Amino acid sequence: MFSYTPLIVLFPLLGFIFLGLIGWRLKSEKLIGIIGSGTVGLSFLVAAMLFFQMLGLQPEDRKHAVELFTWISTFTGTPSSLTVPVAYQIDQLSILMTLIVTGVGFLIHVYSIGYMHGDPGFWRFFAYLNLFIFAMLNLVLADNFLLMFLGWEGVGLCSYLLIGFWYDRKFDTGGYKPGTATTSDAAKKAFIVNRIGDFGFLLAMFLIFIHFGSLNFDAVFGRAAVLTPGSSTMVWITLLLFLGATGKSAQIPLFIWLPDAMAGPTPVSALIHAATMVTAGVYMVARCSVLYALAPAAMQVVAIIGALTAILAATIGLVQNDIKKVLAYSTVSQLGYMFLGMGVAAFSAGIFHLLTHAFFKALLFLGSGAVIHAMHSEQDIQKMGGLKHHLPTTYKTFVVGAIAIAGIFPFSGFFSKDEILWKAFSSDYGSVFLWIFGVLGAGLTAFYMFRLVSLTFEGEPRYGHEIHPHEAPPTMTIPLIILAFLSVVGGFVGIPESLLGGNAIEHWLEPVFAPAYVKLRLASHGVEITEYVLMVLSLGIALAGIYAARLVYLRRIELAEGWKAKYARIYNLLFNKYYVDEAYDKAFVSSTVKVSEGLLWKGVDVSLIDGAVNGSAKLIALAAQGIRRAQTGIAQQYATVFVGGILVVLIWLMFK
Amino acid sequence: MDIQPYLLLSAITFTIGVVGVLARRNAIIVFMSIELMLNSVNLSLVAFSAFLGDVTGQMLVFFVMTVAAAEAAVGLAIIIALFRNKQTVNLDDINILKW
Repeated sequence: MFSYTPLIVLFPLLGFIFLGLIGWRLKSEKLIGIIGSGTVGLSFLVAAMLFFQMLGLQPEDRKHAVELFTWISTFTGTPSSLTVPVAYQIDQLSILMTLIVTGVGFLIHVYSIGYMHGDPGFWRFFAYLNLFIFAMLNLVLADNFLLMFLGWEGVGLCSYLLIGFWYDRKFDTGGYKPGTATTSDAAKKAFIVNRIGDFGFLLAMFLIFIHFGSLNFDAVFGRAAVLTPGSSTMVWITLLLFLGATGKSAQIPLFIWLPDAMAGPTPVSALIHAATMVTAGVYMVARCSVLYALAPAAMQVVAIIGALTAILAATIGLVQNDIKKVLAYSTVSQLGYMFLGMGVAAFSAGIFHLLTHAFFKALLFLGSGAVIHAMHSEQDIQKMGGLKHHLPTTYKTFVVGAIAIAGIFPFSGFFSKDEILWKAFSSDYGSVFLWIFGVLGAGLTAFYMFRLVSLTFEGEPRYGHEIHPHEAPPTMTIPLIILAFLSVVGGFVGIPESLLGGNAIEHWLEPVFAPAYVKLRLASHGVEITEYVLMVLSLGIALAGIYAARLVYLRRIELAEGWKAKYARIYNLLFNKYYVDEAYDKAFVSSTVKVSEGLLWKGVDVSLIDGAVNGSAKLIALAAQGIRRAQTGIAQQYATVFVGGILVVLIWLMFK
Repeated sequence: MDIQPYLLLSAITFTIGVVGVLARRNAIIVFMSIELMLNSVNLSLVAFSAFLGDVTGQMLVFFVMTVAAAEAAVGLAIIIALFRNKQTVNLDDINILKW
């Protein structure tokens, strides 16, 4: 049964090759859509089959690697020789990720058939999406760091291609170069910011290879399991890996690309920039949990960065007016929660939140796509309002998603977020400060989500009479309904013991994280009364956030205007995203551009390289100036030289 | 048979031909000098042929004469074309064969 694993990766690759090579000839959108989503659907079926068979096995039998072929081999007989196979590993964590990627991915593919209808790049879109799924599956199924890195770079490439899918459209990246940017600028920004993180990942990989002599997960983690915590090498490895994670998963300091990634089509935002790719960093940290367990200092960094990102992004999300930007900052914030979970050694809670977040954030993005579709590409929520009468299905599913992300019992977000918050408070590696940050962030999340719902769907219409919003076609609404259902019930896989649940997901993932838990010597906490208190507290704050948002934006809209004027300074700070883009621009971008232009372009390229090339040509031309006088064009002079040459040869022959 | 006089004559006519090609300015004269060189070679070929009792040399002479005839036709055609274009056959005025 495990031998079917490579099929999961193969189907999307075949879809990409087929659509990429002859997609442009296919006239029928239906056919392209069926091929594009069908390949992902097949992968999902294989993964689901594997999953159900794994359920019937003992926990220790649930892990298996299938080696396809040797990819790189530098075998020299010394311990430093490197052998990297293309091998796929199925275990409890990777099958979960595979199910999320292919399952949510399939729904978003189906949705895209409706959303991208009539687009001249229809086939190209599906080819890219298939390539993305292929790369993402490589990332989660790899059994060594290098193959994981291949997937890591592959999803980055697809992200770039899909953010800039409508490469000729204008896109306001906000503050920086206003009015001149196009979506391809946003794509480049995403790619370049990610490069910084990838650089960290690469360095970490080098260190791992030097330190452990292998890049295979089992070998590295096996050797790590016998080490004692505290070595500075481990801190470097884990921090560099985390730098990679901050790039891919949009954490401080590299979160700036994700909001601009909203330039891509909405299904892309849902699939890549909410549900799957951006969670790759979380997955990677979870996968390397043993290494992190050896470096508690690095775990502290992860937790603090996660908590700070959660609250920073949430505050920015309070005042944004672009429906997708609000969701983008919300994604950044939720990813912060996942890292907070990772940092306090609540690995399975982080993965649990990753799972539920994939459902409700994909739902919210697809819902926003349906709104944008209905409003003829209008994205400003100040120009919407009252849409619930025109888009009943979208409205209902969107509200379900909003409740789930706000963390209201018994929707999925409640269980996963609360698990993280409880661990942030109670874990040996957590602290009350991390918890306060998390709870504040949760309150803000509830507030900005219901601000979004109120301004978009409720109240009076604020758009022109020329727009007649209409509900989306069934290919778009059916995925919404399925995701809404999952957003409601998704949390039931992780009901904690304190609420008389089995916390199935934690037990399922237990074998993967067990070595890390052993290293960290976590004390097991029983059910405590504090847990209930904190639960009720965070629920109360979330409800308060919802109530406040509905009060302000439905009944007392003048309050919002009043605060905006009264606290103009804070409002501007938030509206301009803490001027992070501008600060980076001043600190890094403009100086890099200056050095590149002044030194590298005009100095090195024009003067040095072009100078050397043109200079040697000029030198030869100069030498030729003298020599070419000999070439008079009079054939008789040439003949004279010719005869002279013969004479010389003859004389030499005579006297030699 | 004594071959020296023939070779001497051949050498003299060949040298005259070379000097004519290098020194004269009129294209027709240069052309005639080339013919002179060919025929001096022919002379030495038949001389050796008779001297060695081998007809190969004489055979080669026929080839040379055939090529010379063809060359005469082409060469004269070139000179006529040249004259039509430049109104001169003075080789010093024909110097476009350069950079």
